[in-house]
Amino acid sequence: MSEYILKLENITKSFDDLTVLKHISLEVEKGEFITFLGPSGCGKTTTLRIISGLLEPDSGSVILHGQDVTALPPEKRNVNTVFQSYALFPHMTVEANVGYGLKLKKVPKAEISKRVSEILELVQLAGFEKRMPDELSGGQQQRVAIARALANGPEVLLLDEPLGALDLQLRRQMQLELKRLQKKLGITFIYITHDQEEAINMSDRIVVMDKGIFQQVGTPDEVYNHPKNEFVARFVGNANIIPMEDGTSLAIRTENILLDVPGGIPAVVMEKSFAGGLMRIMLRTAEGTEVVATRHGIDYAAEVGQMLTFGWEPQNAVAVEKE
Amino acid sequence: MKKKRIKLSGIYLAVILFLTYVPILLTVVYSFNASKLTSVWEGFSLKWYQELLRDRDLREALINSLILAVSSCSAATVIGTMGALGMKKVPLKTNGLIESISTMPMMIPEIILGMVFLAAFSLVGLPFGMTTLIISHTVFCIPYIFMMVRARLEGMDQSIEDAARDLGAGPFRLFWDITLPMILPAVLSGMLLAFAMSFDDVIISLFVTGPRTNTLPVKIYTKLKTGVTPEINALATIMLAVIVSALLLSNFISTRKTRRKVRDI
Repeated sequence: MSEYILKLENITKSFDDLTVLKHISLEVEKGEFITFLGPSGCGKTTTLRIISGLLEPDSGSVILHGQDVTALPPEKRNVNTVFQSYALFPHMTVEANVGYGLKLKKVPKAEISKRVSEILELVQLAGFEKRMPDELSGGQQQRVAIARALANGPEVLLLDEPLGALDLQLRRQMQLELKRLQKKLGITFIYITHDQEEAINMSDRIVVMDKGIFQQVGTPDEVYNHPKNEFVARFVGNANIIPMEDGTSLAIRTENILLDVPGGIPAVVMEKSFAGGLMRIMLRTAEGTEVVATRHGIDYAAEVGQMLTFGWEPQNAVAVEKE
Repeated sequence: MKKKRIKLSGIYLAVILFLTYVPILLTVVYSFNASKLTSVWEGFSLKWYQELLRDRDLREALINSLILAVSSCSAATVIGTMGALGMKKVPLKTNGLIESISTMPMMIPEIILGMVFLAAFSLVGLPFGMTTLIISHTVFCIPYIFMMVRARLEGMDQSIEDAARDLGAGPFRLFWDITLPMILPAVLSGMLLAFAMSFDDVIISLFVTGPRTNTLPVKIYTKLKTGVTPEINALATIMLAVIVSALLLSNFISTRKTRRKVRDI
């Protein structure tokens, strides 16, 4: 039997008339890297705030390490958060920021300063102890925020879109570093993002969220290759949803759409664009279904307005539920 | 076209500066005049200031004014800051209403406020004097602090407080370690502004002061009835110095942070 570090049981949360979370449940194993993936407004940040204790659910419970912590305030939970805006204390040095949690725990000064240097070294910020937050770059502030959240030695680390404000190159680098850090420390990470590539790259399991519901929970392979419903197929795999005559739908990823197939479905080329090494060709069938096909390179010679036929290999089509 | 506009704005500036600062400058300069006549310059002298120092009534009024300004701005600082902090717990719907009610004493004409205080204190039977002065000054000082602190809190990233709680800070440590240091510039500059407002108030003080408690502005006002003397110029200069330093300091504190930010960019 594996050990669950965190359990969410049937959690519901509403703000005024708006229901943000609808009966969500989840079990997280020790040392797991779990990502909540979904568009903005799907309820992922609310879930995170309920786990940290900054928000109280309307019903349901949060079980941390076998103990029901639903009614406990955030300061009594062994969980820490890396906030999207970093939320560093602007009037404190890097050292005081990172050591703040330990100071509250009444750890002796010498011990705090030793732990702080160790952790700063871990996030590659050794020697930055005396700097003020506004003297650091965005990437460095990000590392301080991570160090501060790790300093208390949490059982679960919550990360709310921590890389959202960084440029693409720095993002890629930090993704690798965070993964390395998580492996090394063996802490459970609960990570929020709306970027499916980030989720697939880093996670052991992905929780795909939309409209306050867990649409699918599974490994990156499961949610990418075997999406449960139309939303997951579209959001994670950028897949085309093709409605079938019997009322079911098929999900087929753009790279698996074959063009100029003898006996295929006829369609008109609506649009053609080239980005990120991929040619995107948008088609529309007589019934009005829009289908996107992608090809590597720019050598495919279809013109806008041209009629062609498309199809797919049966093994590349996944039957999905409607949302 | 463009040249002309620059000229016009120059004239405008000159007129405004002239109207505002020449009377002040004249008062200050003539407070150092050796002549007894306010219109003739007879050379530099500090004798009016020495005269002031010898005047026991004035000394007492100055001390009264300082006691009044310090106690009312301190009381208002505590109340106004607590009020601004409490606004976080107020539901959004009633937010605007409570804010208007809290800042109302700023909009009400002073003469009305003075009458209202007079009526209320007589009704309760409170003897007029320092107590009634402090109560009424505290009331009209609260909005200044409330508004300064509230503006600062509005501009603060809410997740900073969340982060402190997340790291283990209970309500007390959260306030002491995080919230207070972050709002302190606003609290101090509001306090100095309130000090200046209390120190120069005439109208409300006239209504609520007792027969034996004179404040400096009230003293000046009563002295003026017998004509402008060089002594009054000296007194006005001292008051001006106190108030301008309070306001400059208030301004310096509230803009220091922003200036540092700008320099970094």
